[in-house]
Amino acid sequence: MAETVNNGSRPTSSRPTSSRRARRSRDIALQLALLAVVGGVAYAAIVNAAQNLAHAHIASGFGFWNNTAGFDISQTLIDYSASASTFGRAFWVGLLNTLLIASLGIVLATVLGFVVGLARLSRNWLVAKVACAYVEAIRNVPLLLQLLFWYNAVLKSLPELRASVTLPGGGFLNNRGLFLPRPEFGPGFGYVSIALAIGIAASISLRVWSRRRQERTGAPVRVAWLALGLIAGPPLVVFALAGAPLSFSLPQLGRFNVLGGVEILPEFAALLVALSVYTAAFIAEVVRAGVLAVPHGQTEAAQALGLRPRATLRLVVVPQAMRVIVPPLTSQYLNLIKNSSLAVAIGYPDLFQVFAGSVLNITGQAVEVIAITMAVYLAISLVASLLMNIYGQTVAVVER
Amino acid sequence: MARAADGFYLRAAPAERRPPPAARAGAIGWLRANLFSSPGNVALTLVCAIFIAWTAAHVLRFFVLDAVWSGADREACLASPANPEPGACWAFVRVWLSYFVYGFYPIGARWRVDLFFLALAFGIAWLAWLAAPRRDIGAFYFFIVLPILSFFLLSGAPLIGLSAVPTSLWGGILVTIVVATVGIVASLPLGIVLAFGRRSDIAVVKFFSVTFIEFVRGVPMITVLFMASVMLPLFVPERFTPDKLLRALIGVALFASAYMAEVVRGGLAAVPRGQYEAAQALGLPYWRMTALVILPQALRVTLPNIVNTFIGLFKDTTLVFVVGIFDFLRTIEAARVDPHWATPVTSVTGYAFAAVFYFLCCYAMSRYARGVETRLARAHRR
Repeated sequence: MAETVNNGSRPTSSRPTSSRRARRSRDIALQLALLAVVGGVAYAAIVNAAQNLAHAHIASGFGFWNNTAGFDISQTLIDYSASASTFGRAFWVGLLNTLLIASLGIVLATVLGFVVGLARLSRNWLVAKVACAYVEAIRNVPLLLQLLFWYNAVLKSLPELRASVTLPGGGFLNNRGLFLPRPEFGPGFGYVSIALAIGIAASISLRVWSRRRQERTGAPVRVAWLALGLIAGPPLVVFALAGAPLSFSLPQLGRFNVLGGVEILPEFAALLVALSVYTAAFIAEVVRAGVLAVPHGQTEAAQALGLRPRATLRLVVVPQAMRVIVPPLTSQYLNLIKNSSLAVAIGYPDLFQVFAGSVLNITGQAVEVIAITMAVYLAISLVASLLMNIYGQTVAVVER
Repeated sequence: MARAADGFYLRAAPAERRPPPAARAGAIGWLRANLFSSPGNVALTLVCAIFIAWTAAHVLRFFVLDAVWSGADREACLASPANPEPGACWAFVRVWLSYFVYGFYPIGARWRVDLFFLALAFGIAWLAWLAAPRRDIGAFYFFIVLPILSFFLLSGAPLIGLSAVPTSLWGGILVTIVVATVGIVASLPLGIVLAFGRRSDIAVVKFFSVTFIEFVRGVPMITVLFMASVMLPLFVPERFTPDKLLRALIGVALFASAYMAEVVRGGLAAVPRGQYEAAQALGLPYWRMTALVILPQALRVTLPNIVNTFIGLFKDTTLVFVVGIFDFLRTIEAARVDPHWATPVTSVTGYAFAAVFYFLCCYAMSRYARGVETRLARAHRR
């Protein structure tokens, strides 16, 4: 609707032809002038940049991509070493770290956000007020401040290495991070994953079959427990048959560091907590608005049809609320991904810290490095909004 | 009640009015309905009440009862026999307060900063008070007079006897306010221009506006800040390299204007088509129609969203930290590691102080936005 208003904003149709022609040529002149100005500024900028770069003896181009990086990264999901890996490899390490923190953050923020959002709608006055206080307090304090608080005031004040807290099950917690047992997969573990995949596929087809049957006959088929059994059962059986091919290597407390095990960096934990807690407050508001957007008449109509409260929620309220919730929810996810670049403030090696931090400092090629960094974030945003549009089309209300 | 002879019941006098059941009305009824309506709710209420009591007790103990209010150095805030578990070290905030507010701004010239704060508060009050007289002059003051005045006041004008103060000496709340204000003052007009550019029929204008808006909104703010602070010096001749703070301000202004453009566009879309047609029927040319009919309505409708964008911008000013500007948060970071004051509670105290400051500013803005929203809703109700 907005677009039709936009196009009607200029008085086009009622003017005599000569004036319209004059206007068209004026428009063309305006466009050419604008192009010339932008082109001129861009040209001047490029000339200046070339001069300044030559003056400072900084190379240009993307040749540095295959050069040896020569700096260490504290958390790497793929093999990486300062002496043997290239800047290109460092880029992938950083990107994976960004995707790791973003995906975990999205999951945590969604869970927490839905809980808080629904709590704000609770009929229990105290619960609603606590949720409201959470939302107001978190939303009105800058994320960077919260991040620094979690990192410097909470995690850095944990006990030192020598006074590490020993966790049940053989983990350690100190101000260098959280050290957990590392799972070691034995030779037969591949079969367990195959069994899991088969179980998931079987439960999906069961679900499809039950839905078709319900559409045909109207009789509901209860498959939830069976599906759960299909997912959990076969892997457990195969696991037992293969002789439990899973062991844990426990971390050992050394004199200067912790050996073995899985290390969760305090930077990672602080960033994850800060991003989830902050974004959850915004998601809570999105959820609340979405639920409130479902008219009360819908609930009443469902009750009048004899649906039980749970069925009303699942079949009537949630589908309509999701239609309102999902678009702003996606933009919150995008905000979380973009905000994960605040990692640079505490030194978690995400894409921004690795690339716009370390690589930029070493190569000095600001234009290329920042262009690559921005392009990655831009690509993530564009893909997300593309998915969003597809979703919007699938859930759009089909009206007569 | 009387029983008539023919078998009908007939009420001879009205029944006595009885009070509502005590369990349904009054304070007890409210408690039952809102806190103890079912066993699950009772449990929830108890858990919440215990949580609130526990948190409140800890906060009160740490920030008020056991807090250290005065002292000369870290000794005051360390555990001692008199105070075995010291709370917040407010003495640290008191000693560093002037640094948190002014940074390294020369002490003799700090009245200029105070004057700037006053002039700004005056402008904000004029514009925020919707019933204030001559708000058009207020807008002129805020968007034209105030920036020029503040520039000469803060950075100095040797011609009229104000000594020059380089921006490297600015810091603390002063810088936070300057960055936020510049962001607001620059982003609103730029955002309006971009919003109209995006709606324009002229292909090139539309293309550039859409590209700029979508590009800036698609990347994190710190990449824009980095671009402004690292790449901008490359693009201009060496002798014109802008000052560090100015570069950050450019980045903030560009970033904020892209978001503002979308907010303004939403407001423009909310103006009914009849308003355009009525303005055209009156014979108003395009620009006068826009300035006198469309834009005022669009801005009024979207005022709550504009304020919400300002809240976001105000919080985002902390990111200039990353490009090495000493804003309020950065001064806290610098002060909390001062060896004279390093104690286990110094960091928490500093962050709590900063959190209270940001919370008060943002909460005030969001209350204002909500107030405007209800006011608008009232105006639309017939």
